[in-house]
Amino acid sequence: MKRRMFIKQLALAASVAAIGMGSGSLHAQGKTVKIGVLHSLSGTMAISETVLKDTVLMAVDEINAKGGVMGHKIEPVVVDPASNWPLFAEKARQLLTQDKVAVTFGCWTSVSRKSVLPVYEELNGLLFYPVQYEGEEISKNVFYTGAAPNQQAIPAVEYLMSKDGGSAKRWVLLGTDYVYPRTTNKILRAFLKSKGVAEADIMEEYTPFGHGDYQTIIAKIKKFSSEGKKTAVVSTINGDSNVPFYKELGNQGLKATDVPVVAFSVGEEELRGVDTKPLVGHLAAWNFFMSIKSPANTEWTKQWAAYAKAKNIAGHKDKPLTNDPMEATYIGIYMWKQAVEKAKSFDVDKVRTAMAGQTFKAPSGITSKMDEKNHHLHKAVFIGEVKADGQFNVVWKTKGPVKAQPWSPFILGNDKKKDEPALMAEKKK
Amino acid sequence: MKKLLLALLLTFAGTAAAIDKAAVEKLATGDADQRSAAISALVAEADPRAVEVLGALAEGEMQTVAGKDGAQRVLIVKGEEAVDAVTGEKITPLPEEREDLIANNRLRGQVEGALAALKLLSPDRAARLKAVKQLAAGADEALLPLVQKALARETDAGIKPALELIAASLEMKSGSKEARIAAIQRLATSSSPNSRTLLAAAASDPDADIKYEAQKALREVQGRLAWGERAGLLFAGVSLGSILLLAALGLAITYGLMGVINMAHGELIMIGAYTTYAVQVAFRGSAWFDWYLLLAVPSSFAVSAAVGMALERSVVRWLYGRPLETLLATWGISLILIQSVRTLYGAQNVQVENPAFMSGGIEAFAGVVLPWSRISIIAFAALVLLGMWLLLTRTRLGLYVRGVTQNREMAACVGVPTGRVDAWAFGLGSGLAGLAGCALSQIGNVGPDLGQGYIVDSFMVVVFGGVGQLAGTVYAALVLGFANKLLESWSGAVIAKIVVLVFIIIFIQRRPQGMFALRGRSVEA
Repeated sequence: MKRRMFIKQLALAASVAAIGMGSGSLHAQGKTVKIGVLHSLSGTMAISETVLKDTVLMAVDEINAKGGVMGHKIEPVVVDPASNWPLFAEKARQLLTQDKVAVTFGCWTSVSRKSVLPVYEELNGLLFYPVQYEGEEISKNVFYTGAAPNQQAIPAVEYLMSKDGGSAKRWVLLGTDYVYPRTTNKILRAFLKSKGVAEADIMEEYTPFGHGDYQTIIAKIKKFSSEGKKTAVVSTINGDSNVPFYKELGNQGLKATDVPVVAFSVGEEELRGVDTKPLVGHLAAWNFFMSIKSPANTEWTKQWAAYAKAKNIAGHKDKPLTNDPMEATYIGIYMWKQAVEKAKSFDVDKVRTAMAGQTFKAPSGITSKMDEKNHHLHKAVFIGEVKADGQFNVVWKTKGPVKAQPWSPFILGNDKKKDEPALMAEKKK
Repeated sequence: MKKLLLALLLTFAGTAAAIDKAAVEKLATGDADQRSAAISALVAEADPRAVEVLGALAEGEMQTVAGKDGAQRVLIVKGEEAVDAVTGEKITPLPEEREDLIANNRLRGQVEGALAALKLLSPDRAARLKAVKQLAAGADEALLPLVQKALARETDAGIKPALELIAASLEMKSGSKEARIAAIQRLATSSSPNSRTLLAAAASDPDADIKYEAQKALREVQGRLAWGERAGLLFAGVSLGSILLLAALGLAITYGLMGVINMAHGELIMIGAYTTYAVQVAFRGSAWFDWYLLLAVPSSFAVSAAVGMALERSVVRWLYGRPLETLLATWGISLILIQSVRTLYGAQNVQVENPAFMSGGIEAFAGVVLPWSRISIIAFAALVLLGMWLLLTRTRLGLYVRGVTQNREMAACVGVPTGRVDAWAFGLGSGLAGLAGCALSQIGNVGPDLGQGYIVDSFMVVVFGGVGQLAGTVYAALVLGFANKLLESWSGAVIAKIVVLVFIIIFIQRRPQGMFALRGRSVEA
């Protein structure tokens, strides 16, 4: 009994000492705040996500050079969930409980976001998600800086239906087999039907993650497209499968003037390793393109090129490229900084309240606003055609920013859902 | 409007008028419909300068610059040289504030079609042939007068039928009922996917006669196209089979003949792919870039073989006859190899560019394009197979390898240095994996995880074909490749993968020895 007491006291003393030492060293070094970076640096998604990690680090360097956030230096904690969805949840938990990060920037695929969501909700963390996605979600613990379907998918399909886009009448919905393509295609199917497209004029195809052989798929598209009406392909293929897909597309000579392919997850970075000459004219819909002409973008591109060179980032040091999710990441981190400064606290609940209505002059030259309620950004939509050099020509854009509709009106029952997160904590009270 | 302009063109063709300034300006500043009309106007000029302007628009070489008087000046910029699009005069120095003129798919399609149509009158046969091929994929109706004129002039038997089909496809859309029916009957002889599109649309025509003819023609065209599709599917199956064969051949030696469960086989493939990448990097920018594969093939073989032999001498040879330990040890090695490549080259995929002769494809059947990269890999797989067969059956090393694998003790008794043969054989298997990596780098992604995607497939092929049977490996690769592609075309890629795995599980349960059983007095048996 006595002995146990002694051990307890010892442990207590030790922990007190540890706390004392901890705070002591904090004072000695100056104040810091940790943020988490949760992007796949290996595996099938590394092609897209690695550069987002570097974008966060660039923004952190910039902010730290200007004195940090509220006098705190930002200390990024980078982890690699390796395109492995359960590992995302594990790493998220580690970031929140061990590293005690104030905020996390991370995830690309919706399946990874769905996997970390319960962790952020349980531990009341804060996640900034920078990629376009299928909607159908508003969490109080997540801010979505990428596009919802009405800010990307729907305008893209509308464009292809228009005279300028080629008046497409038949549709191939092609995607990687997981939640984002499946849900987006469900929305698009409902949208197309509302526009009078018959069931027989829609073909849906899925491939596994990391799929590398697109011969039969392209053959199917060719067959489908020669059955009477102008056909367009909507691609929600994600990750490095895009490289073999576009290589096969080019080699088999499916030209954009005959069957245009519009992609939602393919940008400058994904096309880096592909010979884009046979792909000229195929499309992508985003809220940012590297080729957008604005002084803010020129400045940002220069900044990124200098950073990539200084940090010796593979690929980017010789040929710096920027893309939409990088811009969304960049907007996210600056908005978080502004919200912290407004709230005068790193506390998640206070920052969340302060995020509502934040604005930031984005590199695209457009001032993005975080919606007061629904945790999504107001964004302008651009549609670009691939050029021979792998960049995009903007052929269509919205007049100004569009408010996100995370609950797509094309999914049954969504009209009853509230355009703001349900605050579970309040319900419990 | 368009037709009128084209009619004008036919009347005045040859009289080179000054290029229409208003049209060029409309091309630069108008809305989409105005720009489209401007293109038609320029086509009507049929002037070499107009052709140049249109070509520049399609190539994305057109830019505008604000002139002194505030009006937009349209330039054609090629590299560092600029000329005025209207006058053709050279502009030096290159103005700073230039705006790109963008042609979207609609305009580019129109320009390309028009340019091709203009080339139909070219005296050069090759240019005409190219133009005909391009227009066969779909042409604008406004080009009909031009096509008809070309048809009247054309005498070449290789071009005329194709040109007739193009004319028919354009007459299908417009013209009298008789003309349309004649066009439909002509299209019935065609075997291009474009004809199917047109006929399928006409097959639901309100006019009963046209509907009947179109449906009849559609059946004929579809019948021909179906053969092309089947041939395309067969090719896809053979192509996947050749890739599986390349990936599995090495394993057929290390696992099939030597009995080593080599979980690091995939990583040896990956090392071959990275070697190809390294060779390619060394060649980048040189005039010999297109030939880098000539060096990449032997290097990938040598590097993988060296790694394999080192592996055999240091780890595997102590574990012969202990499959479980071999499995664990080689799996551990595979992780070490992945991580070392990750450290050396980074976790991201690296880009291996195809040499120029491997991009694009050949149209073997109507609507079926066989990519050169895949054709090359099939040929490469066949060569590797031939080489290996010669090595195993015609050389002393091959004799030793077969001897040692069939009866190690007896081989040792008659003086075969079994240890050295093991090392050579393992090196050969690993080198073949390296060759597979070199081939795979041409069609897929090259990253540290490359091998993980092929290890299961490789084992599947070897086990399915029958362990210890090289011929079995060949058949198994082709059967699996073909089955996979056939299922994919029916049920989609996800289901196809599952069905193939289920099939293999059932097959191996029923016939554990694989497709081809090893007969005779094997040591293990």
